[in-house]
Amino acid sequence: MYRILEREDLTDTIHVFKIDAPAVAKRAKPGQFVILRVAEDGERIPLTIADFDRKAGTITVVFMEVGKTTMQMAKLGVGDSLANFAGPLGLPTEVEKFGRVVVVGGGFGVATTYPIARAMKEAGNEVITIMGARTKDLLIWEDMMRSASHELIVCTDDGSYGRKGLVTAPLKEMLEDDCRIDRVVAIGPAIMMKFVALTSQPFGVPTVVSLNPLMVDGTGLCGACRVSVDGVTKFACVDGPDFDGHKVDWDLLLARQKIFVEEEKISLEHWRHHESCECSKAKA
Amino acid sequence: MAKLNLNRQPMPEQDHKERARNFKEVTLGYSLETALAEAERCIICPKPACVKGCPVNVPIPDFIKALRENDLPGAAKALKSKNNLPSICGRVCPQESQCEALCVVGKKGAPIAIGRLERYVGDWELRRMEENPSVPAKPTPTGKRVAVVGAGPSGLTAAADLARLGHSVTIFEALHKPGGVLIYGIPEFRLPKSIVGAEVDYVRSLGVEIVVDSVIGRTVTVDELLDEEGFDVVFLGTGAGLPNFMGIPGENLNGVYSANEFLTRANLMKAYAFPEADTPIKRSKRVAVVGGGNVAMDAVRTALRLGAEEASIVYRRSEEELPARREEFEHAKDEGIVFRFLTNPVEILGDKGWVVGMKCLEMELGEPDASGRRRPVIKPGSEFVLDVDAVIMAIGTSPNPLVTRTTRGLELNRHGTVVADPETGKSSKDKVWAGGDIVTGAATVISAMGAGKRAALSIHEFLMMEPRINADRSG
Ligand SMILES: Cc1cc2nc3c(=O)[nH]c(=O)nc-3n(C[C@H](O)[C@H](O)[C@H](O)COP(=O)(O)OP(=O)(O)OC[C@H]3O[C@@H](n4cnc5c(N)ncnc54)[C@H](O)[C@@H]3O)c2cc1C
Ligand SMILES: Cc1cc2nc3c(=O)[nH]c(=O)nc-3n(C[C@H](O)[C@H](O)[C@H](O)COP(=O)(O)OP(=O)(O)OC[C@H]3O[C@@H](n4cnc5c(N)ncnc54)[C@H](O)[C@@H]3O)c2cc1C
Ligand code: SF4
Ligand code: SF4
Ligand code: FES
Repeated sequence: MYRILEREDLTDTIHVFKIDAPAVAKRAKPGQFVILRVAEDGERIPLTIADFDRKAGTITVVFMEVGKTTMQMAKLGVGDSLANFAGPLGLPTEVEKFGRVVVVGGGFGVATTYPIARAMKEAGNEVITIMGARTKDLLIWEDMMRSASHELIVCTDDGSYGRKGLVTAPLKEMLEDDCRIDRVVAIGPAIMMKFVALTSQPFGVPTVVSLNPLMVDGTGLCGACRVSVDGVTKFACVDGPDFDGHKVDWDLLLARQKIFVEEEKISLEHWRHHESCECSKAKA
Repeated sequence: MAKLNLNRQPMPEQDHKERARNFKEVTLGYSLETALAEAERCIICPKPACVKGCPVNVPIPDFIKALRENDLPGAAKALKSKNNLPSICGRVCPQESQCEALCVVGKKGAPIAIGRLERYVGDWELRRMEENPSVPAKPTPTGKRVAVVGAGPSGLTAAADLARLGHSVTIFEALHKPGGVLIYGIPEFRLPKSIVGAEVDYVRSLGVEIVVDSVIGRTVTVDELLDEEGFDVVFLGTGAGLPNFMGIPGENLNGVYSANEFLTRANLMKAYAFPEADTPIKRSKRVAVVGGGNVAMDAVRTALRLGAEEASIVYRRSEEELPARREEFEHAKDEGIVFRFLTNPVEILGDKGWVVGMKCLEMELGEPDASGRRRPVIKPGSEFVLDVDAVIMAIGTSPNPLVTRTTRGLELNRHGTVVADPETGKSSKDKVWAGGDIVTGAATVISAMGAGKRAALSIHEFLMMEPRINADRSG
């Protein structure tokens, strides 16, 4: 069992858990992920390692409530435990001295760019971070991102904070202004990563994206996580999750993420119904 | 002795119409009466041919003789002297091509149903252990520590044998449940999970620690287990779990799965109970499974039980070459599985990202190929489209490179399997042994167990010799 040591709520639906998992913390590197189960009979879900503390033996994850498992997880608090927690999975993000690195994070993806921005900065890069969210209330970890970067640009879709617009706009300006960029790293919703990759492609700037297809085992056993990169099928859990954004077949990724949308709805409704029954029982 | 009965006792099974819609075990097992009657047919050969057919040399006449004398504890003991998992092997061993294939009675009539008797005795023993859990005698600890990677049949067997010899054994398993293919691949209707669970509990009762959620090569590497974590040796039993795809267009469409994904969702993740269990599986209407082995049979019968209107096997050779066990083929046919022999898929067709059909070619058998089987060749102009909404690829698996790629100095074969001495399981790397599918490529439960047993013996010899080697070195 893996105990939750700390919990922080960044927004109504985005939460941070610090989890006691010494074996995972010991070898965790930026860009890797874990697969966890909240409870027996639960789904195995992948979450990126947002931070780790080798000495304390802890892993921090940041997750957004999007369906049954993440909502069930959000009901847990300090002292509760997760049933399973396996990792660190996937290959670490390539970190070396590239020069000037632009890190782009969207939504919950912002938190997962944190250890990468920090590592890039430690490796001697000049780090410019662009972070975005739909609206001000959904912005997370601004201070932490500022501390991990030399420059921070914040965007909101509705202009409620920072620049109004998408994260691709400042990136495009930088590229057009001929400000030398040696590498782009983007993490967030697939659609955001797709447009970041499309923005940097004409300028030939290497762009690394962290793909998030559906997964089951995370060890190369099932092939549910297959993605197509440069026309070749890869298993994101073992060959990635980082890939060359200019070579990813984005439409395939977007389509494959939707395989179980109907079932996901059923699962959520079933669980909500179950929860409400139990609540009413408990009250009676 | 009564006159030799040439017919075996039939195996009672669930009605085929009913069982095609449930996940309960298909075969129901012998009663004591039928087991005794079947045992009576064995002529207890002094030089038993059957034993030669068994990869672990189970003393078949000994256990059958004890059973016949109604000495079930004796029968169980004889069985377990060579086979730790009789309830499992009795169900899933390809007996017809192993022990039973060589049984002398088979020359005149039906060979003795060795597997069914083994299952009977194994199940009796499991029930006895459950009712009367006796703590196995603790051997004198040797102070040696063994890490076993993978909790499939090879790892579980090696671990059990080494623990019995007094070594301290830890199994590291990547998934959240031990059992390997027995738990994630072979379905409940063929091998109830409670049996696998009981066998795993037994291994634990010997003092073996099983650490789940532990992906060797990621959570910790083999080199770290030896150099930092204080293990004296490592046994690799990681199987051959990486699914192969055909490389034809359309294979990444929604609705195309590897058999491993389909079976893992259904078995390990219990998707048949969705939404009670969280992991979903599509309830597709017309499912084609490409392949002809046991894995393909398991996948297609699972698809049928999940409610498919038509579940079919698409196999490029003919019925004669079908690698699946005969019994599984017969069961599948009875349940209404459609078999499309001499059919080879060339493309999966999609609409809006989803499978809507599979383009196939008809084949005919030509000259024998390297494997001795007649090579299927394309019948010209035979292209047709199969109306399907899901395709499951069951065309084999390869060794998973997670461990092998992250271990220094481990020699591999061309196909990515670990090079190991067939007698001892010793790999090219110091202090590392390997066995099961990771060495042979996809094979059988019993051969994986046999490899685990042989490796355990060799590891034991090595560990007990070690202090002397050290003393020699210092002296
Ligand atoms: C490598 C990787 C890293 C990830 N890191 C994070 C993270 O740090 N924080 C975070 O909030 N989310 C992360 N995700 C996504 C997260 O796994 C899903 O949000 C989660 O599985 C949803 O489960 P659910 O039951 O709550 O929702 P569901 O109702 O199951 O699904 C809602 C949506 O989430 C996505 N999803 C569902 N199941 C999976 C799955 N098994 N794998 C991937 N996506 C899925 C689908 O697009 C789906 O439409 C990551 C995914 C991957 C593959
Ligand atoms: C669907 C299906 C049906 C089959 N039917 C039959 C049958 O009827 N009869 C028969 O005899 N054989 C059958 N087989 C074959 C048989 O199951 C295998 O040959 C046997 O299980 C091999 O045993 P193993 O111990 O080598 O590996 P596995 O059973 O594959 O176990 C390997 C274990 O190692 C774990 N592992 C892998 N990598 C790592 C890692 N990096 N770190 C930690 N753990 C790891 C895996 O999660 C797994 O639990 C079938 C196989 C399948 C897939
Ligand atoms: S272990 Fe398998 S091959 Fe050996 S006797 Fe038993 S059923 Fe036959
Ligand atoms: S060969 Fe057949 S008859 Fe002879 S001992 Fe073996 S099972 Fe019995
Ligand atoms: S998640 Fe199963 S192979 Fe990647």
